[in-house]
Amino acid sequence: MDAVLIQLLNGLDKGAAYALIALGLTLVFGTLGVVNFAHGALFMLGAFCAVTFQKILTISVKVIDPSITFFTAYKEQAYLEIWFGDVGLTIIDYAVPLSILMAIPVMLLIGLAMERGLIRHFYKRTHAEQILVTFGLAIVIQEVIRHFFGANPIPMPAPDIVSSSAAVGTWLGLSDNLVYPWWRLIYLSFSLLVIGSVFAFLQLTTFGMVVRAGMFDRQMVGFLGINVQRKFTIVFGLASVVAGLAGVMYAPILPPDYHMGMDFLVLSFVVVVVGGMGSLPGAVAAGFLLGVLQSFASMTIVSQYLPGIDQVIIYLVAVIILLTRPRGLMGRKGVMED
Amino acid sequence: MKIEKKRSDLFIMAIFTIVILSMPVWLSPLGANYPDLLQKFAIFGIFAIGYNILFGLTGYLSFGHAIFIGVGSYTAVWSFKLLSMNVLPAIVFGTLFAGIIAALVGYVSLRRSGIYFSILTLAFAQMFYNLAYSVLTPLTNGETGLTIAAGDPRVLDRLFSDVATGGGLPSTELFGISMSGYSGFYFTAVLLILAFFISLKIFNSPFGLKLKAIKSNQHRMKYTGYNTRPYLVTAFIISGMFAGLAGSLMAVTDPLAGAERMQWTASGEVVLMTILGGVGTLYGPLLGVAIIKYLENIFSAVNEATLHGFFSFLPQWLNDTMVVVVSPFVGEGWHLTLGLMFMIVVIFLPGGVTEGFQKIKNRFTKNKEQEKLKQGGE
Repeated sequence: MDAVLIQLLNGLDKGAAYALIALGLTLVFGTLGVVNFAHGALFMLGAFCAVTFQKILTISVKVIDPSITFFTAYKEQAYLEIWFGDVGLTIIDYAVPLSILMAIPVMLLIGLAMERGLIRHFYKRTHAEQILVTFGLAIVIQEVIRHFFGANPIPMPAPDIVSSSAAVGTWLGLSDNLVYPWWRLIYLSFSLLVIGSVFAFLQLTTFGMVVRAGMFDRQMVGFLGINVQRKFTIVFGLASVVAGLAGVMYAPILPPDYHMGMDFLVLSFVVVVVGGMGSLPGAVAAGFLLGVLQSFASMTIVSQYLPGIDQVIIYLVAVIILLTRPRGLMGRKGVMED
Repeated sequence: MKIEKKRSDLFIMAIFTIVILSMPVWLSPLGANYPDLLQKFAIFGIFAIGYNILFGLTGYLSFGHAIFIGVGSYTAVWSFKLLSMNVLPAIVFGTLFAGIIAALVGYVSLRRSGIYFSILTLAFAQMFYNLAYSVLTPLTNGETGLTIAAGDPRVLDRLFSDVATGGGLPSTELFGISMSGYSGFYFTAVLLILAFFISLKIFNSPFGLKLKAIKSNQHRMKYTGYNTRPYLVTAFIISGMFAGLAGSLMAVTDPLAGAERMQWTASGEVVLMTILGGVGTLYGPLLGVAIIKYLENIFSAVNEATLHGFFSFLPQWLNDTMVVVVSPFVGEGWHLTLGLMFMIVVIFLPGGVTEGFQKIKNRFTKNKEQEKLKQGGE
């Protein structure tokens, strides 16, 4: 029972990351009709926003270490600590959550620049060409990051207060040994919050209404005198922010390295396809579903009978769904059917 | 008409054979005439020619061809281990086995088209890659990669000759001819010429025409009563077998097979080669392979010292800035250049270098025509 619950939480956690990336992919696809292979790179850029932010916070200076009296020893001390003392240290400790503040404008700008600079020219081209050009862009982004940050994963600590584990078992009246890292729980609730706000934004605001109408019948909305293109550009920025936030918060779970985007990209494409191209609830549902499936498949009890199933289950499910239900779980009629 | 066509085919083949076989001679001014690089040209040439039969003719963008490279390599190494160090069984089994896997993957993936096809092949590529690392470790030797060992059975070798036990690792050979150096290149070159011949035949055949029809309008093709799937599956299998052949030839050059060859990004590389040269053209993919492999060879070898030497004619401060500007693009940063090149080609020249040539040629001929008109007017 304990193991099942742990795996369920693991799965939801993984699924949350998939769902966030897939949500952005679907938004872009549904509005602009562009297949964006560089979306994984945006996730990776988000994680590196956290890295950069932490680097900025910890800009240090060499000072004399007073604790060593035999000789003059030096130690690195961050400016923040010198200026603000303990408050500065706390700020450094909270680098990851605080970097969200930086990630939102940065990712928005990157998204807008990408759409205006490149994607815009590819609306009328074939899907194959869209895939190829964004694939090239993904490689470029990835290599630029590698040039500046190196090839090794960079460990990013979560804030001290939540770096331990939560006693999930005690809350639920199960065994006390059942614990789960706080940060992962926070990640899960954070993603639910982001997903919720994206949906609220699309369902409750006028802007969202126009976007949904544009997804449904772009030409008609254009006839009504609304600049659909402009709204869609903003949606692209929004998708980029969502991917970036997913990356920022994922940094303490998986130390960011330059090719983490590519690893998540394939998975999230599979998620999008399983959920149904162009369906937002489908993308979210499929993300969580596949995440949970993957973690259950990696349980020893399952791999005893089907060795290696945890490695392929997601892809296997995707292949089966694509062949039997071409529209995916919740795909709308008429969106990308052939 | 028909005879003329045949004659022109023969003519093309003759020229092509001469060009390929004399590569060591005419590439020497470029400094690219050593056998290792030439062999790489030829191997990737086969891969790209095969890929072009699928992507170029039918327009189906596959990200799964690295699977067949991997399968070809693993099969070839197993053939070296179990049967003989002779390369013939290795490439035959490698190609056939890759063909079988391609039939399976193609049969399933080709039920869908467009982007769904791409994602299906992507899913298969990830599946095979993950399996090669985990469950199939007895077959693939996991992360270490599959290599030959001195104690391998090599049944056929032991049957026909006394294999000296002990000593170093045996090397690949073709009936006694060692497969390293120029003999290795010529062996690969002959296979490349053969591959090119097959591709030429397919391009000019009714079968090739049907594949092109699928690319331009599959619906119309169906309305005329054709079932397109058998043709697509056949094209997929053929291109998979070409990839398998290329993979087994990689194992011939270096009897080692690792799962990283199967990663889906490796399929991305062949797409790039095909596109850079010119999708759907006969020579384009080869041109793309030559350009990329040659540039890769040069760019990865460059470091800061060579750059300083290269810009030494400039004043010192300009020299330093140039080195700082250029150095991210060379050496380790070769992939950055590759990515940029990829984007530029897709954005500005979707038809590849071949289209570029065509455009320049058109411009010149047009100018001449205009001049003629002008002269006529005067």
